[in-house]
Amino acid sequence: MKTFWQRFLLNPRVIIGLIWLGAVVLVALLADVLAPRDPFAIVGVPFAPPGGAHWLGTDSLGRDVLAGLAHGARTTLLIAVLSTLAAVAFGTLVGAIAGYYGGLIDDILMRATEFFQTIPSFLFAIVLIAILSSSAMNLVIAISVVSWPPITRVVRAEVLSVKSREFVQAAVVAGQRDHAILVSQVLPNTLSPLIVTGSLLVATAILIESALSFLGLGAPNQMSWGFMIGAGRSFLRDAWWLVTIPGVAILLTVLSINLIGEGLNDALNPRLAEL
Amino acid sequence: MSQPVLTIDGLTVALPVWSDRKHAVSSVSLTIGKQEIVCVVGESGSGKSIMGKAILGLLPKPHVRATGGRILFEGRDLLQLAEGDMRRLRGGRIAMIFQEPMTALNPLMKVGRQIEEVLEFHTDLKPEARRARVLELVADVHLPDSDRIVNSYPHQLSGGQRQRIVIAMALALKPALIIADEPTTALDVTTQAQILHLIRQLQQAQGTSVLFITHDFGVVAEIADRVAVMRHGEVVEAGPVDGVLRAPQADYTKALIAAVPGLKPRAKDAGADMPLLVVRDLEKTYVSTGIFGRASRSVNAVDKVSLELGRQSSLAVVGESGSGKSTLARCIVGLETPNGGEVLIDGERITGLTREQLRPYRRHMQMVFQDPFASLNPRQRIGEIIALGPMVQGVSREQALAEARELLTLVGLKSESAERYPHEFSGGQRQRIGIARALAVKPKLIVADEPVSALDVSVQKQVLDLLNDLRRSFGLSMLFITHDLRVAATVCEDIVIMQRGVIVERGTTARIFAHPQHAYTQSLLDAVPGKEWINSLP
Repeated sequence: MKTFWQRFLLNPRVIIGLIWLGAVVLVALLADVLAPRDPFAIVGVPFAPPGGAHWLGTDSLGRDVLAGLAHGARTTLLIAVLSTLAAVAFGTLVGAIAGYYGGLIDDILMRATEFFQTIPSFLFAIVLIAILSSSAMNLVIAISVVSWPPITRVVRAEVLSVKSREFVQAAVVAGQRDHAILVSQVLPNTLSPLIVTGSLLVATAILIESALSFLGLGAPNQMSWGFMIGAGRSFLRDAWWLVTIPGVAILLTVLSINLIGEGLNDALNPRLAEL
Repeated sequence: MSQPVLTIDGLTVALPVWSDRKHAVSSVSLTIGKQEIVCVVGESGSGKSIMGKAILGLLPKPHVRATGGRILFEGRDLLQLAEGDMRRLRGGRIAMIFQEPMTALNPLMKVGRQIEEVLEFHTDLKPEARRARVLELVADVHLPDSDRIVNSYPHQLSGGQRQRIVIAMALALKPALIIADEPTTALDVTTQAQILHLIRQLQQAQGTSVLFITHDFGVVAEIADRVAVMRHGEVVEAGPVDGVLRAPQADYTKALIAAVPGLKPRAKDAGADMPLLVVRDLEKTYVSTGIFGRASRSVNAVDKVSLELGRQSSLAVVGESGSGKSTLARCIVGLETPNGGEVLIDGERITGLTREQLRPYRRHMQMVFQDPFASLNPRQRIGEIIALGPMVQGVSREQALAEARELLTLVGLKSESAERYPHEFSGGQRQRIGIARALAVKPKLIVADEPVSALDVSVQKQVLDLLNDLRRSFGLSMLFITHDLRVAATVCEDIVIMQRGVIVERGTTARIFAHPQHAYTQSLLDAVPGKEWINSLP
C-alpha cells in the first residue's frame, strides 16, 4: 500500500497544480525583487504591447503589467488564504459544537448557518464591503463571513458520525471531559474532509476577491488581479493583454488549486479513488 | 459417485501487487457432487469468499482475477465464459445467498416484486403465473402470511425473514448449485438454527447442491456432507464431515477445532460475600418521537432488571439482538441514563450522578467494547490510548505511559507497540489493546460487551484465555455480555438469560446447561450449532 505522500505527489494532476501554484507563490514572495518599484508607478508609454522593454507591456497610464501581476499575486493570495483560515476556524468551531452536543444547541447553530447559506454569497459580500468600507482586512472579513457555512456542515456531519464510534464511548467511560474528547478524540478524525473542503475554499476566495476588486471594492492602493481586469476592461479591443494576462492568471491559479484539492481528496480517501 | 455438479481444478486467484500476499486462492481443487452440501471453512483472509465469488465471476476486476485453473460447471469452464453467458447462469443455474440480507435486497422495492424480477429476467412466464410462483416460493421458505410478506419492504421484515426472502430468490429458478456465503453469520442463534434447517430441507427436497462458506465449525457439523478447510488460500484438509470433525489430520484443523468453545459449564470456585455490583429494578425506555414532538412509540429496552455480581466472579448476560443486554451494560457503566432503578457499586449508588461526579467511580469499572476496529482512535498511538484513563484520574503522563507499556506485555503484545498506531494491528491484537485500556485504571469490575463476537474462532479462544488469566491475577469481576451460550459457558460461572428486556432465567452455568427451566433457554440451547458434535468432543 502506498503512503499518503506517494499517492498525493505521484498524481500527475497534483504535479501540474503544484507547479503552477508554486510559481505563483514564488512570484508573490519575490514581488519586491522582480518589480522593486511601486506597481502603481508610471514607468513608460501607455499601451506598450508585451515583448518590448516591459515584458508584459504597460497599461493605459503606462504602469508595468508584470509588476502589477507580481504584486497582485501577493494581495490576492494573502487575502484568499487568510479569509479561508478564518472561515475554517470559525466553521469548525460551530460545526463541532453543533455536531457534538446535538439537540437544542445543534438546532440553533444550524438554523443560523442556514440563514447565512440562503443569502446569495457574492451579493452578501458586496453589502458587507459597502457597510464596512473597503480595506484588505474588511475583504478578509467579508469573504470569510460568506464562506464558512459549507465548512460547518462538513464538520458537523463528520462529528456526528465519529462521535458514535466506540472509541469516543471508551473516552467517556475513562472519564475524559467533553471538550477534551472533542479536541483529542473527535476532531482529529474529521481532518481529511476538512482539508479537502478548505483547500477548495481557497479557490473560491480568490474568485470572490477578484470579483470584488473588479467592481472597485477591493483593497485601495493594493494592486490585485481583479483590479487590473477592472481597469483594463474598457480597452479590451485596443490592448487585449490588460485583461487577458491577469484573467489567465486567475483561471490557472483557481484551476491548480482545484487540482490539488481533488488530489488531496483522492490521496486521503484511496478507496474512492480506486473506484 | 455420479458426475459432480461443480469441479474446481487448480484454481488460482491473483491479488493486486500491493497486497501482502500474491494469491487469494492458490491451486485449489474441489468437487461438489449432486445433492451434496460442501462446507468451506476458514478464518477471515483464508480466501474462502474470493473462491465463491470466482465461481460466479464476481471478482473485483481488474485488480483481483483468476490466473489459473478451471471451474467446470455443466461441462463448461466458467472462467472462459463470456459476460452475457455468465449473467444467464448467475441466478439461473447457480444462485447465491449473501451474508447480509439487508444489503442483498433493494430497500425501495417490495420483496415480492424482487422475487418476481428474477423470474421476469430468466423465464417467459406470464404475469399471473409469475405471481403464483412467488407465493409458492414464499410458502416454500416457511414464511407465514405470504400475501402480507410479498407486499412488505425489506425494512419491515426481521433479519431471519429477510434471509428467507433471499433464499426464496435463490431458489426461484431451481438452480443446480447454490453458493451460500456465511448466510447465517449476521443472524441470532435461534434464527440461525431455523435457516440452517431450512437450507438442508430445501436442498433435499429440490436436489440442489450447496457450497456453504462459513467460519463456524458448529455450523459445519450441523449442515455439511463434506468439508474443505482453507488457510492462506490453500485447502489444508478436505473430506467427509465426520472424518474431518472427529479425526482431523492437519495441525491447522486440529487447532481450529480445539478453539471451538465447548459446552462444558464452568464451575463456581469461591463463596460470595458482599456483592460488588448490584442492579435493582433497572429500567430503560426508548421513546421515538413523532413529527410533532409527541411520543409515538416507546420500547422497554430494559424492564425492571435486577442482578448481583460478587467479587472476583463473573456473570454472563446472554440474549439475542434486541434483548436489551447491551443497553443494560451501557446503563451500568453510565453511557446511558436509566429511566428508573439503581446501580450500586461497592455499596455506593452511582445512578443519578452527573458525569463530573461519576469520574471517581470510573476507576472501579471499565468497559471492553465489541468492535476492535471502531473502539481505538485511529489517530492516537497505542500508548496514549491506554494511558488516557489513568491520566484522567490524575496519574502523571510519564507514569501512565510507563504503565501502559507494562500492560501491553501483560496482554501478550510487545511494549514497543505503544509507539504504533491502531491500523498496524490485527483484530485480535486490537482487542488485546482494548483489554489493556480497560485494565489501566486497575478496576474491580470489567463490563465486556460482546468482546469476541467480531473475532475469528481461534483468535476468540486466545482472547477468552487472556481474559480468564487476567481475571485471576487482577482479582477482577466481570459482567460478560454475549449472544453465544458456548462463549458464556467457557468464561462465566453464572448466567442470566434475557429476552425482550426481561431476565427470564438465572442460575449457575452448570444448572442452566443441565436443567434449563424456561422455554426460551431451552430453545437457545437447542439452537447452538453442532451441539451434538461439540458434546462428543473430549
